[in-house]
Amino acid sequence: MSIGHESGVWPSLGETLHVLTFQGGFNTSVVLVGVTLLGVAAGLVGTFAVLRRRALMSDTLSHATLPGITLAFIVAVMLGASGRSLPVLLAGAALSGILGVLTVQFISRHTRLPEDAAMGAVLSVFFGLGFVMLSYIQTMATGEQGGIGKFIYGQTATMGVTDATVIGIVALGTTLASLLLFKEFRLVCFDPDYATVLGWRISLIDLAMMALVVAVTVVGLRAVGLILVIALVVIPPAAARFWTERLWVMAVVAALLGGLSGYLGAAASALFPRFPAGGIIVLVAGFFFLLSLLFAPARGVLAAGFRQLRLRRDIASQHLLRGLFEAGEAGGGEVVPAAALRSRVHGPAARLALARLTWQGLIARRPDGLRLTPKGREEALRITRNHRLWEQFLMAYADLAPSHVDHSADLVEHVLSSDMVEELERQLKARGRLPRHAGPPPSPHPLASGA
Amino acid sequence: MPITLASFLQIDLPAMLAALLATVSCGLLGNFLVLRRQSLMGDAISHAVLPGIVLAFLFWGSRATWPMFFGAACAGVLAAVIIELVRRLGRLDSGTAMGVVFSVFFAGGVVLMEQAAAHAVDLDADCVLYGQLEDILWLAPTGLASLLEPAVWADMPREVTTLALTLAVVSAVVLLFYKELKLTSFDPELATTLGFPAGLFNVLLMVLVAAVAVAAFEAVGSILVIAMFICPAAAARLFTDRLGRQIWLSLGFAVVAALGGYLLAASAPLWAGVPSALAASGMIAVVAGALLGVAVLFAPRYGALARAMRLGELAEARERAAAEPLATNLSNR
Amino acid sequence: MSFLAGHSAEPSSPLSSRPEHRPGSPLAVHGLTVAYNKKPVLWDVEWDAPEGRLIAIVGPNGAGKSTLVKACLGLVPVVSGQVAFFGSSLRRSRRLVGYVPQRGSVDWDFPVSALEVVTMGRYGMLGWCRPVTRRHREAALACLDQVGMADYAGRQISQLSGGQQQRVFLARALAQEAQLYFMDEPFAGVDAATERAIVDVLKRLKENGRTVIVVHHDLQTVRDYFDEVLLLNMRVVAAGPVDEVFTIENLRKTYGARLALLEQASSALADLARVS
Repeated sequence: MSIGHESGVWPSLGETLHVLTFQGGFNTSVVLVGVTLLGVAAGLVGTFAVLRRRALMSDTLSHATLPGITLAFIVAVMLGASGRSLPVLLAGAALSGILGVLTVQFISRHTRLPEDAAMGAVLSVFFGLGFVMLSYIQTMATGEQGGIGKFIYGQTATMGVTDATVIGIVALGTTLASLLLFKEFRLVCFDPDYATVLGWRISLIDLAMMALVVAVTVVGLRAVGLILVIALVVIPPAAARFWTERLWVMAVVAALLGGLSGYLGAAASALFPRFPAGGIIVLVAGFFFLLSLLFAPARGVLAAGFRQLRLRRDIASQHLLRGLFEAGEAGGGEVVPAAALRSRVHGPAARLALARLTWQGLIARRPDGLRLTPKGREEALRITRNHRLWEQFLMAYADLAPSHVDHSADLVEHVLSSDMVEELERQLKARGRLPRHAGPPPSPHPLASGA
Repeated sequence: MPITLASFLQIDLPAMLAALLATVSCGLLGNFLVLRRQSLMGDAISHAVLPGIVLAFLFWGSRATWPMFFGAACAGVLAAVIIELVRRLGRLDSGTAMGVVFSVFFAGGVVLMEQAAAHAVDLDADCVLYGQLEDILWLAPTGLASLLEPAVWADMPREVTTLALTLAVVSAVVLLFYKELKLTSFDPELATTLGFPAGLFNVLLMVLVAAVAVAAFEAVGSILVIAMFICPAAAARLFTDRLGRQIWLSLGFAVVAALGGYLLAASAPLWAGVPSALAASGMIAVVAGALLGVAVLFAPRYGALARAMRLGELAEARERAAAEPLATNLSNR
Repeated sequence: MSFLAGHSAEPSSPLSSRPEHRPGSPLAVHGLTVAYNKKPVLWDVEWDAPEGRLIAIVGPNGAGKSTLVKACLGLVPVVSGQVAFFGSSLRRSRRLVGYVPQRGSVDWDFPVSALEVVTMGRYGMLGWCRPVTRRHREAALACLDQVGMADYAGRQISQLSGGQQQRVFLARALAQEAQLYFMDEPFAGVDAATERAIVDVLKRLKENGRTVIVVHHDLQTVRDYFDEVLLLNMRVVAAGPVDEVFTIENLRKTYGARLALLEQASSALADLARVS
């Protein structure tokens, strides 16, 4: 799959397209398909692992595969077989990964040490053991030890058709298995206690989940490397979380993002064989995470910021409308002089609100001040009514003094939904405190005169 | 290779000193990480310092200590801040936030490192992952007599002096703020009401962890640093119920792991039949892990075996208690 | 959050004035609103704690009793309102305020002895970086003795019973030598000996002119143990001397139907606060 670039030379657009459209040679295309499938499977399996808060358990597991790989290599060479046999190495990896997870469980169950200390210890000690064995392998005269290093950082450039096929088969298998166990995983992630009550064996379902993570992790070693393979399991699901509040959408988005990261990362590493594939794939996934964190409409940061801005504007608008209405009520006449409103219209949010209300035709500017238009009066009436209804509620049910309720109601009028207003009316009616006319009840406290 | 006094002084002594200083610094801080259930923050930070190290290296073009130290500390603290930001802004659990942030940082470091390697300089991924204890040489001493000359000491390898300085700073901070660290670890709410902001000490601890992770990574590598942070402290935790005693014990374990690991690796030609020494940093982690393993199984009060025996006795006593009234009833009849 | 505070600081009708607080009052809570999502909330709490009295905070589960204590101590975020201690800010009067948290709030497996935990109460007087001296350790031991726990000074805290742990917490608060104490459910799940010890300590604190505010769940003992009571259910239902306030009528109001709308509005407010 080597396209053979000198370091530092950028591939041309043609070459890039060539690779991306599976025309970069048979080998390249097979690897591309394999890593993409890996990304899909990891995203899907990772969705459950992340929701079950097993993200760092997956990390421990992947670090713990190193001694298994090296031991399998040593044993294979001692028995006279080739140390490069992928199935043998992967079997070793899977076994020691599982052993690592079991050790963590043993320590946290049978001693006072917390799970995080157990994970950290197992992760680093297993890795250290693997490294010692690696240095032992360096002293063996086999000439095959170069293959092991690929498992630490991952390299797609030297992947063969067999590697890609193994990845593809396992990825398909784990995808299928997680679809079959979707219902079980969902309940265990959401409410393990309830699952127990239903008679499910939680430990068995957890084991199945970890087994799927092991499968994905172990076949991912070759492509992404054992330090970074956790990223494929964790990052796409974490990114997918920002886009939706539904589990199956999250799983689909995670699988898509994982597949896309694998596809783009593998293509990039075909074009730049010098760079470790694992690093590139993870950076692509990390880029998608950043995009999701910032721009996702459901839970993204910018969307939240935008919502807040709108809320602020609405609050300022409602505040202004009620101010104008109450000023009229207090006998100030139709037109409220600008000077009287100074306490209400200050700050950028309020000025923006004023401009917008004028533009919408709710407020008319007069040379001597502001006036509510008929449309604006209607809106102001609604807001003032909500405010006063809440004040009445606080006095009737929460026993607050009239002098206090304005302050309390001030915030609430902006968050009252129509359901809540209906409930308010119902409760006030029950106590006979709902005004008969559709307008707002009179204010329980004196209003600021003139404003 | 026959071991002579000169070769011991030049090769083994500086490596052992570096290993010792690194494990003791890590072990000291590890006590607080384990007690605060922040072991994995040490893990995350030690992974995340990588891009800082490489960037500093690319920028200054040499392996000078302070720029790399600065770069790494920045990256470590930045990672801790971003983890917290991602956790809050993204409303993710802390494990997921850590997994996302440190793997992206590490990936960035790995890719940058290839860029650095393209400039044909001696910074490769392996030395960052595993450290290069064997490459720490002290060429000045030629014999015991030469140890009396100040010039020889002035030639102490940079890694060792950096680590010694780090240990001095970490010990000073822990001694100075021992009371505050203890309080904020045990009861952060009380600490806050007493006017010792728990958040501030959290930041302080993270900065120290980043600093130690950087200083130690040259000696033992970024992943094995985690073993030094956690294993000695976790093992000591199983032996005692006093914080002071736990800290001293963990330092003892750190010393045993450093010296035992190094000697075991260096003497491999004697016991493993291999032509050269095995990886010392890995062996130190293995010895630390073995100490923890022994503690987990055999610690007198809190080990798994002791617990199992206590549980067994309890069950037996219960059985006896349950059987007794039955027996008396039967005999009464 | 900031804009909410700013917004509420500018009441729409300037005439809605509030009562002035006596400067010396150990605790003055003013318009305190705390809103979480789906957690106990507080609605515009207005309360002055009288000095030198034993005060119980009473209310049903989820009424926000612990939340009130934590909000006063700055341990949970506040939507709006102010809290003053002895007429000044918490920052200035930290030394005067002691706190006995709920027993579940710390890791009892932590490697410290009972005496060390009590000594932690003296840390505020010691200041930064100063080591614990003999004088403070002796003072801590005296406090342990006051709660009848001197014999257990060297014990690791996980080896104490629940009641003994509670007494250690109490001794730690005594060691703070504060003027005002907050205790969060100290009587919850303790044995008779501990209950007596706590009552003794409360009496002694009162004799020395200290103010103690206790989150309490046992209605039977309110009259026996306390002088004053604050009836709380998301908002203050009533506050004052036990004889006047602790009436069937007020209790029915406190423990009556929950104000679902108030809860709903608080939840919406919490969303608003989170978005900002």
